[in-house]
Amino acid sequence: MDKIFEVRDLSYQVGETKILKHINLDIEKGKYLTVIGPSGSGKSTLMRILASMISATSGEVLFNGQAIEKFESIEYRQKVSYAFQQPTLFGKTVKDNLAFPFEVRKKDFDQAQVISYLEMVNLNETYIDKSVNDVSGGEKQRIALLRNLLFPPEVLITDEVTAGLDTENKAIVHKMLNEFNQRGLTILRVTHDESEINEATAKIEIRNGEMAHD
Amino acid sequence: MTNLTVSNSTLALGFILVLVALIIGYVEKLHIDKDIIIGVIRAVIQLSLVGYVLKFVIKANDNWLTLACFIIIVLNASWNAGKRGNGIPKAFQSSLLAIFVGTTITLATLVLTGSIKFVPEQIVPVTGMIASNIMVAIGLCYRNMKQTFTDRHQQVLEKLALGADIKLASLDILRDSIKSGMQPTIDSIKTLGLVSLPGMMSGLIFAGVDPVKAIKYQIMVTFMLLASTSIGSIISCYLGYKQFFNGRKQLNNELIS
Repeated sequence: MDKIFEVRDLSYQVGETKILKHINLDIEKGKYLTVIGPSGSGKSTLMRILASMISATSGEVLFNGQAIEKFESIEYRQKVSYAFQQPTLFGKTVKDNLAFPFEVRKKDFDQAQVISYLEMVNLNETYIDKSVNDVSGGEKQRIALLRNLLFPPEVLITDEVTAGLDTENKAIVHKMLNEFNQRGLTILRVTHDESEINEATAKIEIRNGEMAHD
Repeated sequence: MTNLTVSNSTLALGFILVLVALIIGYVEKLHIDKDIIIGVIRAVIQLSLVGYVLKFVIKANDNWLTLACFIIIVLNASWNAGKRGNGIPKAFQSSLLAIFVGTTITLATLVLTGSIKFVPEQIVPVTGMIASNIMVAIGLCYRNMKQTFTDRHQQVLEKLALGADIKLASLDILRDSIKSGMQPTIDSIKTLGLVSLPGMMSGLIFAGVDPVKAIKYQIMVTFMLLASTSIGSIISCYLGYKQFFNGRKQLNNELIS
């Protein structure tokens, strides 16, 4: 299978603190990879490097066989999208958020497409004009994920996006991500959730900034 | 001009007012006596020197000397505005461009429309008024920008992660910062004449000029400050926000406190 990411001898440090140490990792296209490890082990840092939100101190990351520095940052982040644990909703209404990916790509807002995506996460079209202050935590996370997926990237990195969600919201998020994965989206999922870890078919562990090999 | 009766002896008597501030500071244990004394000494020396320099420049009535004053004022204002950048890289260079362009456009408009003449007694004080207002506006822009980048860094990160360019990711911050630079000028316009009789107008009335004519000058100053703070705020903010990102369009965490 083709590799979407090849991580070679990657390290990251802030001042004297080494957060990631000589990471080597290959990730295949279309994989749903679960990334586990204790808090502060460097999982999120590795994911942020893969999403080009920060740059490694040394080493190299290849995306589709090419060093990520060779890509224009904006174009790259539209291919490798990062979803945060506690997202903030922009502007005043849900529409401000769902219109943002269109604005980024200088395209007209496609209401029909947005409604079909909202339905995918059990939200109806009335949500478009809702105030961002009137949506629950679970709805907020679902709307935030839609921002990442309205123009499907090649890779979606989710950093504990189900943390703090109730069972129902978790199930909706899992269903949506599974559907996108089945359509070919590569997903890298950072999680501490026991059930997510248990059901994961592919997982890696980061411990003290290093790949754990047991 | 006969109404102007300030002399060295009346100034010395006016020093009583400084003593009032010193006494308040002492009674309230504010520990500001040293600052007040140094401030007063500096103000007296600086203003006296500037008085003599201006007297010389006005008497010489030389275009190059007038331009030299313009450059000195712009450089000094830029240096002070740059210091207010509080760690924002290239704050001096951005301020210099903003103050130079803002002052030049406003002055050129005033001269070309015949509102003022290219003579030192008009160009030098007006340059000072424009440059100092832009300097204050830039300081407010930088302070607001740094604070809002800190407060909203999560939102900026999320917008970047969604593939937004740095300008789109910072647009709200950019708008708020430009607004914060222009706001004091806009606020002061609203109360002109009702609360304050500003410097230019007060000075002319003091010197015996017809208040109606003085008001015309004040209206001109209002237009001038509105234009110059807008130009200065826009230029400094558009140059400043880019400093919060590195070449890979990643948020520069070192600038966010």
